[in-house]
Amino acid sequence: MAVDLRAKLGHIELPNPIMTASGCAGAGRELAQFMDVSKIGAIVTKSVMLGPRSGRPTPRMAETPSGMLNSIGLQGPGIDAFLQRDLPWLLSRGARAVVSIAGGTVAEFADLAGRLSDAAGVTAIEVNISCPNVEHRGQVFACDPDASAAVIEAVRSRARYDIPVFAKLSPDVTDIVAIAKSCVKAGADGLSMINTLLGMVIDTDTMRPHLAGLTGGLSGPAIRPIAVRCIWQVREALPNVPIIGMGGVRTGLDALELILAGASMVSVGTTIFHDPSACMRILRELEEELTTRGVDRLADVVGLAHESRVATGRPVSPHAAVRRK
Amino acid sequence: MTLGETEAQAGPVQVRGTVLTVRRVDAYYAMTLVAPAVAARFRPGQFVTLAVGGPDTSMLLSRAFSIHDVRPDHGGTVEFVFAVHGRGTQWLAERRARDVLDVTGPLGRPFPLPRDPASCLLVGGGYGSAPLFALAGKLRDRGCQVDFLLGAASGDRVFGALTARRTGRTATITTEDGSLGSRGMVTDMLDQVIHEARTDVIYACGPMPMLRQITALAGRYDIPVQAAVEEAMACGIGVCMTCVLPVIGSDGITRMSRSCVDGPVFRGEQVRWDDVGTIPFDAFGAPGWEPRSRRAAQAQAANGSSESERGKSGLSQARPVKPGHGGRGSGGNLGKQNHGS
Repeated sequence: MAVDLRAKLGHIELPNPIMTASGCAGAGRELAQFMDVSKIGAIVTKSVMLGPRSGRPTPRMAETPSGMLNSIGLQGPGIDAFLQRDLPWLLSRGARAVVSIAGGTVAEFADLAGRLSDAAGVTAIEVNISCPNVEHRGQVFACDPDASAAVIEAVRSRARYDIPVFAKLSPDVTDIVAIAKSCVKAGADGLSMINTLLGMVIDTDTMRPHLAGLTGGLSGPAIRPIAVRCIWQVREALPNVPIIGMGGVRTGLDALELILAGASMVSVGTTIFHDPSACMRILRELEEELTTRGVDRLADVVGLAHESRVATGRPVSPHAAVRRK
Repeated sequence: MTLGETEAQAGPVQVRGTVLTVRRVDAYYAMTLVAPAVAARFRPGQFVTLAVGGPDTSMLLSRAFSIHDVRPDHGGTVEFVFAVHGRGTQWLAERRARDVLDVTGPLGRPFPLPRDPASCLLVGGGYGSAPLFALAGKLRDRGCQVDFLLGAASGDRVFGALTARRTGRTATITTEDGSLGSRGMVTDMLDQVIHEARTDVIYACGPMPMLRQITALAGRYDIPVQAAVEEAMACGIGVCMTCVLPVIGSDGITRMSRSCVDGPVFRGEQVRWDDVGTIPFDAFGAPGWEPRSRRAAQAQAANGSSESERGKSGLSQARPVKPGHGGRGSGGNLGKQNHGS
């Protein structure tokens, strides 16, 4: 009856595939007021940097149709505070901690990986090489295959061997497959996609850019088709590389769509802002959707869309057509 | 961690709230929701967030509203006041009795109450006065004297003028067009009211410029100000980092603090009002913030790795990184974010 929802994060097994998306759940503490953080696959932390960082001026946010722009600029207290306060708290709650790291240089990323490896209890590292809210485009490592590889190689060599390293990719590139291949070749155990897309809003009353940082990262259901496309393309090229899918997931059905495209895990982000317990709801909905389709093992449907296209092109179960309207 | 446990008990809840009434109040709307768990936990100054637009909404951000009042009827109701100035608030105004909304609260740091009876002045701008009436009740329970000073652009935008007159020891109203009370802003009358009421403490809620001026004026008389700020929020629960403003901590360090969890009520003199909307150069984590001595020590402790890496970055990385664009503390990006003084 119950669906086997276990998911593989590299060699690590998670009880289910639903995770928070980096930057949308802090380090889990705030969400714990509304849900049991140990019940979802993992908490992916807000990107941690070496030192404290104040971020960008306000306004930092703009609502857009089915989406939002954020221009936070990686505000956070730094790795020392994270290791002292946040990581122990996550572990004390029985949560699995996937730690997102961000840096301005290859060396900073490597140092962060080293610090996390010295601490006990880090489930995996997600390397944020694709934050668009940095001083200049050249700092978005994920825009360049070689720069991406340099970071991943440095992180992989400094991270403890049993901690999987996932590279978080940007969809704002000409060929995401090239970046993905480069990261995997450099040692990435898996890929996270997608980060936000660079966007902009102009306030028609003040006739000036709405965000103090001028541009911001677009997230929310508006970008889901882009996430599906990116996951699809990378899964097609690298069928054996695990993918954490994210981008506009609001329901269990949305999560299933990313899984069918090739994601083994799914992160929930912007939706948390108006539904703090969204991860638990989406997990429940995903299980229902799988049950409806007669699927008893999540792993059986990861990347399934690729197969059905070749096979018959018809839905797995007749219910699917009904449910999708 | 006993602190964590008490926090959890007193903390917010996410519930389905049933609309009891939505009514026009002059230029505003007042909505009453049946939400017993929220009502039970409420303390004046706290707020709720609502998801707007229904399950398939294109509006993803929570709307935050300070709680006007809670009542025991129907197990516990929560009332808040809002103005329609966008599609989200328009949608809310169109809700009817028995509609069900996703509501989270009560959120944020409430108004602290004086230990001993004091003369309290409650200052509200526009519908910023909404949270002040529940506060007034609590203050009176403690034997405090309550004076009101409310203002807005016009008479129909002064929320609660009647209640203030009925329940306050004094109530002073100002409008910019002179349609109610005296013509001008609340800050024009503040001096006079403080003297007449012999004010010990000021509670204020309203637009940032008003809060800034009140804090400055009250500072001259050494009167503490508890100010509830109105910052744009996306989540209201402390995860999105959208609603930050520069606040000086008890350790003297300025941090970009979240108005949703560290506020919305701040001590007036702790907020760097003139720097709101900027990252002050001396804020915790601002570019170049870290003391030089500590930076040097860290660089040494790291075996000079980060410095040498930067120096030879053209070799070790395919993409050359210019020194000075190395991110935190590099100084190369100083000018970019420092709009403040």
